[in-house]
Amino acid sequence: MVLLCNLDFGKPRMYAIEAKNLRKSFGSVIAVDDVSITIPEGGIFGFLGPNGAGKTTAIRMLTGVLIPDAGSVRVLGTDVNTEPLTAKLKMGVIPENGTVYSDLTAEQNILITAKFYGMDRASREERAGEILARLGLTERRKDLVRTFSKGMRQRISIACAIVHSPPVLILDEPTTGLDVYSRRLVIDTVRHLNQKGSTVLLTTHNIEEANALCTTISIINKGKIVATGSPEKLKKTFDTSRYVEVSFDQPVGRELFTVPGITRAESWGDKWRVYTDNPDHAVKYLASIAERDHLTIVSIATSNPTLEEAFVKLTAGA
Amino acid sequence: MDWKVFARSILVITEKNMRIYYFKGPVVVFGLLFPLIMFLTFFIGRNLDLVLFFPGFLGMMLFFTASSVGPLITPWEKREKTYERLISLPVILESIIIGDLLAGAIFGVAITTIVFVVSAEFLHLPLMNAGLLAISFVLGSITFAALGTLLASPTTDNPSNIMMLSSLIRLPLIFVSGIFIPLSQLGGWEWILTSLSPLTYLVDLFHAALNGDAVYPPWLDMLVLAAVILVFIWCAKVIQKRNLVKGI
Repeated sequence: MVLLCNLDFGKPRMYAIEAKNLRKSFGSVIAVDDVSITIPEGGIFGFLGPNGAGKTTAIRMLTGVLIPDAGSVRVLGTDVNTEPLTAKLKMGVIPENGTVYSDLTAEQNILITAKFYGMDRASREERAGEILARLGLTERRKDLVRTFSKGMRQRISIACAIVHSPPVLILDEPTTGLDVYSRRLVIDTVRHLNQKGSTVLLTTHNIEEANALCTTISIINKGKIVATGSPEKLKKTFDTSRYVEVSFDQPVGRELFTVPGITRAESWGDKWRVYTDNPDHAVKYLASIAERDHLTIVSIATSNPTLEEAFVKLTAGA
Repeated sequence: MDWKVFARSILVITEKNMRIYYFKGPVVVFGLLFPLIMFLTFFIGRNLDLVLFFPGFLGMMLFFTASSVGPLITPWEKREKTYERLISLPVILESIIIGDLLAGAIFGVAITTIVFVVSAEFLHLPLMNAGLLAISFVLGSITFAALGTLLASPTTDNPSNIMMLSSLIRLPLIFVSGIFIPLSQLGGWEWILTSLSPLTYLVDLFHAALNGDAVYPPWLDMLVLAAVILVFIWCAKVIQKRNLVKGI
């Protein structure tokens, strides 16, 4: 399944990440099943899925950590499996639960990571100082990481991943278990890097985070990609879940809502939730029956479909 | 293959290992204290000719020191969850194996050189061939650092499992390698058993370099050690690659 198509016909285009027919099984369990993705440069791409959906396995194959049973991965045109060193130079990776060396200081962790990317001493030190300041860790730079909280360790992990200003940044559940301050710092840093030109791929099971951060989302379930699109597009996939919530000053019967355009109605306490394909028409209808039956509308509100609803429907039974 | 990036990855991994693992408890215990205690147990108070047995002691020292760092690194990193981060950096499996091997080899050479220099000063040891001694140090340290890296390859995130396996394999070797009984005094099954241990060839090389009383020709000792290095590295690569495929 190709998720995003290049519409610039005739013009060759470099994708940040291009994976074809990735497959991985562990014994009889198929963790990732024929997944193909093409991520254009510049966006923030989210892998959203319930626990055990195959997100981390997919990410591990994309980053060259896990060898796929079948399929190929290219990062900015370089094959991760046949040219791993060159491909990995273009990436910054934060693995799930991947931590940094607790026996080194914050600064040593960043400096030694920078050495892997061939940065010279002056650049390493300058960049480490910049990142530590950005992540609020300047004062703790000489402290051993083993004395750090989970949030601070995750910030060092991010510092190591971005030290070489990677064109492609891949983060696996970067905010899981973080306090509000660390979470905000991580999200701000991801946005900042994206604004500076990095393509970001992140996995999360936090729907709000995906909705707020990602330009494109793929929902993965049971090893397969079940939907891809912008958050708004995914929400609209399930337009039937739009509803109008109304309450009247007097009790009313269900038969009032048995009209064309309203798919169903549910009683929610003193309110009725009226599901419809067209909330605008439903509101007009409700106003008209209120006038006709001498009812007063106490409250009325429309609700658009949420990404959470789309997610729940797409991953039902997971 | 970008050889420059590959070479850099090996050096940085070696540096990282030297900074983090040289002073870990298991390395100090199994790499430094253990051979020293073995030496004291067997030689003190027994009126043995220290000059005659010194090549064996030197071999045992290099064997223990060089093979003590490798077994710790991978299981430790898997437990600390730094291994996955390391693989995601611009490295390949070979960089990790060679980087781990070099860290062990450098540790072995450094400690054993100190022991040799101090011992030479006090025991007035003979030195028949300094060049051969240097080659013995290099080949021996790489051989047993490769053994350490191989021992670290089975899947586990518990360093004590590997240290136990490591002791189980290393301890018997010192009794079948001509350390406590000179090779020239062995025969029959003892000889066959001894010839199966790679440590035998290192001890024999030290005999050639220090006392000039080797049993095998030095070229054969060197050839066997070089072959053992290749076998150990190949086995480590096969096992670790299998782990990567299985995602463990």
